[in-house]
Amino acid sequence: MTATIEARGLTKQYGKTTALDGLDLITKPGQVTAVLGPNGAGKTTFVRMVATLLRADKGTLLVAGHDAHKNPAAVRRVIGLAGQFAAVEPAMTGRENLEMVAGLFGQSRRVAKVSAAAVLEQLGLVEAGDRLARTYSGGMRRRLDLGASLVGAPRLLLLDEPTTGLDPRSRIELWDAIRALVQSGTDVLLTTQYLDEADHLASQIVIIDHGRAVAAGTPTMLKQRIGGKVIEVHVRDHEDVETIAALLGRLGDGVAQTEEATRRVSVHIDSGDGLMTAMQSLDATGVELDDIALRQPNLDEVFLALTGQPADNDHYATAARAA
Amino acid sequence: MTTIASAADHSALTASRRDAGLAKSTVTIARRALLRYARTPQLIVLATIQMSLFFLIYRYMFGGAIHIAGLSYVDYLVPGFIATGVLFSGMGTAAAMAEDLDQGFIDRLRSLPIPRAAVLTARAMADTALVAWSTAFTTIVAFAVGFGLHGSAIQGMAAFGLVIVFGFAVEWLFIALGLIAGNAQAAQGMGMIVFPFAFVSSAYVPVSSMPRWLQVFANHQPLTYMVDAVRSLTLGPHAPALLGHSSPYFVTRALIWALVILAVTVPLAVAKYRRG
Repeated sequence: MTATIEARGLTKQYGKTTALDGLDLITKPGQVTAVLGPNGAGKTTFVRMVATLLRADKGTLLVAGHDAHKNPAAVRRVIGLAGQFAAVEPAMTGRENLEMVAGLFGQSRRVAKVSAAAVLEQLGLVEAGDRLARTYSGGMRRRLDLGASLVGAPRLLLLDEPTTGLDPRSRIELWDAIRALVQSGTDVLLTTQYLDEADHLASQIVIIDHGRAVAAGTPTMLKQRIGGKVIEVHVRDHEDVETIAALLGRLGDGVAQTEEATRRVSVHIDSGDGLMTAMQSLDATGVELDDIALRQPNLDEVFLALTGQPADNDHYATAARAA
Repeated sequence: MTTIASAADHSALTASRRDAGLAKSTVTIARRALLRYARTPQLIVLATIQMSLFFLIYRYMFGGAIHIAGLSYVDYLVPGFIATGVLFSGMGTAAAMAEDLDQGFIDRLRSLPIPRAAVLTARAMADTALVAWSTAFTTIVAFAVGFGLHGSAIQGMAAFGLVIVFGFAVEWLFIALGLIAGNAQAAQGMGMIVFPFAFVSSAYVPVSSMPRWLQVFANHQPLTYMVDAVRSLTLGPHAPALLGHSSPYFVTRALIWALVILAVTVPLAVAKYRRG
């Protein structure tokens, strides 16, 4: 079966900034693929290319077998786009919004009504369906935006950072809605900065950095590569940071990361068992600690493990403007 | 429960469906802009009540002090006021366009299988329809406070038609400005360009009453031509005496200006829309 997305050597430059630098990415059908990376890594540029909003300078991009550069109309028939901004019309009801987009997909008025009703039900918006979208909460607007990308029965759903700015509860509701979609067979390409989001939703994660793919695999595979957990300690006194860093470096997996300003020291460990040993060793030093915690690796740590360098968020700020 | 996101439903839908053509997509998108207007009280109030208020202020407050030889001020004012009204409502178009761009609405439309021309054409048509609406409203108020047509009814209708044509041309300028500005605030800032054109013109006062250096600008800018063209039609037989020429002279020039504006702004708007 044809790959849903087949990107080879995609390159895009904006003046001096390189947004995509030879990106290769293949997604298999029936999957949720998460493109994970910090701001400016090229995620939004890539998703916009798949949505045929941009053209690459070099490289090829096939979406559901259609060439995105030569035949964008064919691609547009099979995709649905939902982004961070909830592009719905506030002065129309949820239902009217959906019927409008369905009509723009070429559906007759009757078919559009059926599509809109089905999507409202699918996303739990039936009660609010006949209220104006401007009365909706932020989470509901995002769901309506998601709905607008579904009325056309797309083969591929493109979600650009779908939960950015949402409160935790709306975030989880949106995740549930996305998971339900996947079960009914729609392919999803999702971009995110959050490892937990990629972890929860995706069956395949592609990590991109500086416009190219640096790692790809299932969530389990990637986490195995980067180690199970992170021990994070906050010391009370500045002078103790070095000592603790050296200690944790020995106990853990790799070099301990330190942050002087917050007196934080963190290190990878293979499994949660290491926490007990660490606590005993820390106790033995007699150093005063404000806090000790065991947590999931965050994106910085994933990057560190995979690329040998932390995700450089400041550098990306300017690149993100261009993208 | 009918789910439409399954592959089977999708093929059923795609098999029976053809892409929305230019007419259908344009109408669908234009309808959205008009619904927003109809359902947003502030917008309606702005265009009708506020506009009428300013009209009455000009007509009664300033009308007493401004003397036009052989003509009541209200008859002089109405064509000017309506034409500048077109410019001011264009500012709203630029802001709406910029907001759509900023909020991702344009992205959604661009990712849909609709003709590329639909989006901008819909915006131009919807906003021109709004120009027609507020022009009609102001005209009714004008008639109520003493405005009279000196020419024939046909000339009156031609005047109305001319305003619509001018509105259409000006809308494209504001669409281009909105796309260039990129967000609502910048668009509003850019919209300020309207003011010199609105006021340094023959809309409210005769150009001959202005200082010489302003007269140069006023005499050669498109709004003056448009105002004089509309005025020449509403004044009918009085036009040559008051304006120096009869209506064909002014109308031709006004139409040429409209064409020039379109020739410049439409490609600009399209180019800017495509580049995003």
